[in-house]
Amino acid sequence: MEMLRLATAGSVDDGKSTLIGRLLYDSKAIFEDQLEAVERTSRERGDVHTNLALLTDGLRAEREQGITIDVAYRYFATPKRKFIIADTPGHTQYTRNMVTGASTADLALILVDARKGILEQSRRHAFLSSLLGIPHLVLCVNKMDLVEWSEDRFEEIKAEFRSFAMKLDVSDLTFIPVSALHGDNVVDRSVNMPWYEGTSLLHHLEEVHIASDRNLIDARFPVQYVIRPQNQTDHATHDYRGYAGQVAGGVLKPGDEVVVLPSGFATTIASIDTADGPIDEAYAPMSVTIRLTDDIDVSRGDMITRVRNQPHMGQDIDAMVCWMSDSVWLREGAKLSIKHTTRWARALVKDLQYQLDINTLHRYEDAVGLSLNEIGRVTLRVTHPLLFDAYRRNRTTGSFILVDEVSQTTVGAGMILGPTDT
Amino acid sequence: MSVPYQLSHLRALEAEAIHIIREVAAEFERPALLFSGGKDSMVMLHLAVKAFAPARVPFPVMHVDTGHNFDEIISFRDEIVAKLGARLLVASVQDDIDAGRSVEDDGPRASRNRLQTATLLRGIEEHRFDAVFGGARRDEEKARAKERVFSFRDEFGQWDPKNQRPELWSLYNGRHRQGEHIRVFPLSNWTELDIWQYIAEEEVELPLIYFAHSRKVFHRDGMWMADSPLIKRLPGEEVEERTVRFRTVGDVTCTGSVESTADTLELVIAEVAATRLTERGATRADDRISEAGMEDRKREGYF
Ligand SMILES: Nc1nc2c(ncn2[C@@H]2O[C@H](COP(=O)(O)OP(=O)(O)O)[C@@H](O)[C@H]2O)c(=O)[nH]1
Repeated sequence: MEMLRLATAGSVDDGKSTLIGRLLYDSKAIFEDQLEAVERTSRERGDVHTNLALLTDGLRAEREQGITIDVAYRYFATPKRKFIIADTPGHTQYTRNMVTGASTADLALILVDARKGILEQSRRHAFLSSLLGIPHLVLCVNKMDLVEWSEDRFEEIKAEFRSFAMKLDVSDLTFIPVSALHGDNVVDRSVNMPWYEGTSLLHHLEEVHIASDRNLIDARFPVQYVIRPQNQTDHATHDYRGYAGQVAGGVLKPGDEVVVLPSGFATTIASIDTADGPIDEAYAPMSVTIRLTDDIDVSRGDMITRVRNQPHMGQDIDAMVCWMSDSVWLREGAKLSIKHTTRWARALVKDLQYQLDINTLHRYEDAVGLSLNEIGRVTLRVTHPLLFDAYRRNRTTGSFILVDEVSQTTVGAGMILGPTDT
Repeated sequence: MSVPYQLSHLRALEAEAIHIIREVAAEFERPALLFSGGKDSMVMLHLAVKAFAPARVPFPVMHVDTGHNFDEIISFRDEIVAKLGARLLVASVQDDIDAGRSVEDDGPRASRNRLQTATLLRGIEEHRFDAVFGGARRDEEKARAKERVFSFRDEFGQWDPKNQRPELWSLYNGRHRQGEHIRVFPLSNWTELDIWQYIAEEEVELPLIYFAHSRKVFHRDGMWMADSPLIKRLPGEEVEERTVRFRTVGDVTCTGSVESTADTLELVIAEVAATRLTERGATRADDRISEAGMEDRKREGYF
């Protein structure tokens, strides 16, 4: 059984919580005691229907305000797949949560209200999904019951969204008309919309082809930890020296000629080990331990890669950054900590090339900084060379986080465009 | 039907957890793994062993001991720890009570569950742990569903749910100052069913109380509580012999069992797949206190 990670987004009241509640409920991922708690709370609040939306509202502050304010993770499974939903709130202030939820997603599910059509926020969600490199996008047109199940209305929304999505980098786009409240086209095909020829949402989630989304070409193995048993009494492992890590791209096999960066030392993979024994090949996202034939000095932060297919190595990086701090701004001249794959370094913001208006995609080249939830293109100078690829090519070796050196909190998320042109 | 170059969900979850565990070993000075002997902490320990093989797990395990244990659990704990060559530390609630740092509740519903928080925080402080692995899963409970994999704790051990660090990709930020620490949850994305399926695939050892067995129990709040000198029975609570199993392992005084004939892993998995109650809702008196119960306890520093 495969795993599919999806991120959901929608404006407040588009019915996102109801839709997720319905998916969980109809796939039997909701337990009776959870349902009872929700029924009780619904009654206390004076709701007319049992509010399935309450199932996904976690924290007390949110219950009080009646809105979701952070990323919540939900799980359900069908016989075909296990699903992880990163449920992110839709309102303006929380771009940072959407970015967080979207960072690992295979699929983005964007909800719109059939009566309201495409809003500014829907465009923003679509843009963020494409910025974060989510390969599959599903637009659910919800509340079809309130527009008399109208095919014309659905087609109208589809056309409008499509013309906007053309400007984005979206490779797979699907439209589904649904009613989250009544369940139409959520798990089963709707009888109210015979004109719709596609599949239900759940069916789509089960069938969408994700196997080829991963990069199986560029071999990338960031070394995470060096395993040295150093057990004086055990001769079998006394000289063992393995490089542990999670494969970030490509396929690695014993006997492969590889190069270790940044040293540039060429060697061969002696074996790929796991606790269950050696294996014939390793690919993302496997966690394995690689042994090399030569006794060379390799440490955390290094990368094992192919001689003829290497990542960029450099200290000057051009990237899109989403700023996530409400207390400090990103400004030219700022110094921050940066974590990229398994390496920490310090970064200097050399240039803020422009701030991008995520509603209009307009570029403000005179921007003086980025504040919370703003996105811009920056040039960074890093203290040590990083081993990176463009984010579009590899989401693991193309991403980084920026950490404030005073508060030590994560303040920025970066997607690398490439080395800075000089 | 397996797609080439595609991991099964269990292997993907395993790879993610191993990555998290190694990340902690690489970036922290003094990590520790919380170990209760229950199924989640057994899976976590199993993953830690796999993460560093053929070397040993490079950090100790800590048991927060309420003193109100099922006997089977303590002997199981000691056996496993000895077998894996892990270093065990015990932080005992009784010590805190004896020293007057904690005050015990009284009465038939008394439980040491809440007192665990103080003992846990003392253990962390005494050993100066800067990262502590917990086996909590996001599917367990609503407050947990929002918690990060690397979850920051201030110098009082408190969690601030509204001020969590953004967590993106698999780039975890474990930065902290002295006295602060990070709770790390490698099983965040696992469900109860995933845990059981993994236990079956990997033949992870478990204490026998997870499997159906005959036990002297009495009925309370819809659960079967073990008859034990540690719990005072209320009028009308009669002891009887039933075939039961436990879904979680906790303090005897607040962990109930369910009637079950599932005495093998296969039967337990079939039962878990068909069950309609969460494991906490079904068998943990401590979690029923209020809907926000877990969130409040977590803010104070609970597991
Ligand atoms: N008529 C109708 N109402 C819906 C539908 N989906 C959701 N709603 C209602 O719209 C309101 C907002 O839904 P909710 O799920 O809380 O929205 P969220 O803010 O996007 O999570 C609630 O009153 C729902 O009952 C639908 O398909 N049809």
